[in-house]
Amino acid sequence: MTGDVACAEGALAAGCRFFAGYPITPATEIAEHMSDRLPDVGGTYIQMEDEIAAMAAVLGASCAGVKSMTATSGPGFSLMMENIGLGICTETPCVIANVQRAGPSTGLPTLGAQGDMMQARWGSHGHYEIIALAPASPQDIFYQTIRAFNLSEKYRVPVLIMTDEVVGHLSERVVIPEASAIRTISRRRPKGRKDRFQPFCPGPDGVAPMASAGDGYRIHVTGLTHDQRGYPVMTPECHAEMVARLTGKIRRNLGDIIETESYRLDDADVAIISYGVSSRSSMAAVDEARQQGIKAGLLRLITVWPFAEEAVADLSRRVRALCTVEINLGQIHLEVERCAKGRVPCHLVGHAGGSVIAPESIVQAIKDVL
Amino acid sequence: MRKAKASPSHPLDALVRTERVPHIWCPGCGIGTAFSACLTALHSSGLDLDKTVMVSGIGCSGRAAGYTRLDSYHTTHGRAVPFATGMKLAKPELHVIVFSGDGDLFAIGGNHIIHAARRNIDLTVLCVNNLNYGMTGGQVAATTPTLAKTTTTPRGNPERPFNLPLLVYAAGATYVARWTILHTRDLTQSIQEAFQHKGFAFIEVLAPCPTGYGRRNKERPLDTLKLYQDRTLIKNGANPAEAFLDFERGIVLGKFVEEQRPTCIEMYDRTCRLPDSAAG
Repeated sequence: MTGDVACAEGALAAGCRFFAGYPITPATEIAEHMSDRLPDVGGTYIQMEDEIAAMAAVLGASCAGVKSMTATSGPGFSLMMENIGLGICTETPCVIANVQRAGPSTGLPTLGAQGDMMQARWGSHGHYEIIALAPASPQDIFYQTIRAFNLSEKYRVPVLIMTDEVVGHLSERVVIPEASAIRTISRRRPKGRKDRFQPFCPGPDGVAPMASAGDGYRIHVTGLTHDQRGYPVMTPECHAEMVARLTGKIRRNLGDIIETESYRLDDADVAIISYGVSSRSSMAAVDEARQQGIKAGLLRLITVWPFAEEAVADLSRRVRALCTVEINLGQIHLEVERCAKGRVPCHLVGHAGGSVIAPESIVQAIKDVL
Repeated sequence: MRKAKASPSHPLDALVRTERVPHIWCPGCGIGTAFSACLTALHSSGLDLDKTVMVSGIGCSGRAAGYTRLDSYHTTHGRAVPFATGMKLAKPELHVIVFSGDGDLFAIGGNHIIHAARRNIDLTVLCVNNLNYGMTGGQVAATTPTLAKTTTTPRGNPERPFNLPLLVYAAGATYVARWTILHTRDLTQSIQEAFQHKGFAFIEVLAPCPTGYGRRNKERPLDTLKLYQDRTLIKNGANPAEAFLDFERGIVLGKFVEEQRPTCIEMYDRTCRLPDSAAG
């Protein structure tokens, strides 16, 4: 099956029962598959009037207690940004898949890119932490979509699946395990007296249990800066406390959230850092370089945000050069430079989008570096 | 149901987050009257209040959700209706009320309200229409009368306003009414009917904004109420096309539309779900 369909199947396996969509190339197939599958598992699909509405509906459905998602590409991702911020501020779990195409603007609708990576990090206004995953194959997207829901439910944060047109439209064998073999996580629910419940009072893990609309807790939820009761408080002190809570629950759990994969890194002289479809080109390049006697290795970022700062810093102490491979003109590359702190040269292999990066160009770049 | 607090000082106190008073609304503002009509209707509606949700957008009227002791959601500007749509679809047992203003629902949120009406999604939408953007200090809105002065139309509004009842009716709303805050009993009764109505119910509530609109148009708060008394005509069943807001020629109030049509959820269940797949 294609990556898009595998994403939809992963969502269903994770317990997603609400999808609000809006057609956009190259993500449409996710909505199409969900529209066909959801009603048969007791879920609901709706096609909204635009991506702003789709994102709003996803938040409304999640606040009603149902695992919810949407899928889009660049232009729609831009339209969703304000409500992604509402999801962050109100700590509403949800999943957004961005099947990236080349931008800016309408760009190349049918051709892939990885140009929305910084938008994923900072696209909504204000300071926050977000979780973004970057699957590299249809099988990977199936598992990462399940993981996206689990992280979203656990930390009460919107989780972004930053895939791309190539992975979304790539058709490969996907094994879907028995439901009993799939671990799913659901948000913690409140216990105790309903009239004393404070909807934004965090537990020991930094995350507050979440009451759904209709549970009888009579909570108030707002995108305004709010205290632990959920009530607006317009002071710098309350704002600092709220933002610290929103960022802290992610920053304190980096070990659980950040997932990377190392390939032939143990004795590497040069380390490639890549993600998504570009990590596949990079893996081929590592093998080719090794055949030519160059000790190359790959760090694949499965979680892109929060950034694998420690893993990259550690690499920068062990290798002679770092090389970031991504289909843009340097986004994650900037993060790699930040974490390397000038210890080793950092190079970028990238272009503006519309095609995958050929392994040969990566091998050539590695040779130029060493 | 939760137990009522000991000796409430007002019959509606159980429905108000009294700890949040004082509210932000200005003296002479009409939102409070529309809000209390909504709470009175809720109080006597017999709805399970633990299953009743208020959703608001942004603006003065959008603050209503924050004062209501229900599950209440204060969302982004213009997006109360799609948020409420998702909530209702995900949990159909909920009664979902959208309480917001004309700018929120019909300018920035205009695309959403016509589609919600088209779908006949089972929501009650209360639109407080104060003819301007009050929260930001009185700018021109999609409802501001032609030639009216606002901070962004200092020489008069060159544009034509929407006829809200006609717009939602044309889009597919199955309950459409308009009242003013002077017509409190009619308004309260209408809100109760809207709660009972299956499908997309819309009520426009005309309300004065003396701070933002009135003082720039030589309308003191009582002048506006006098207009509501002298220049209105109750005409239930009137064609929404007659409902254009024209304070010179007179304003039509009343329940304009009450029709039955399958709701969005009924149609989805009927069309998309296999008979044996109603898993929940």
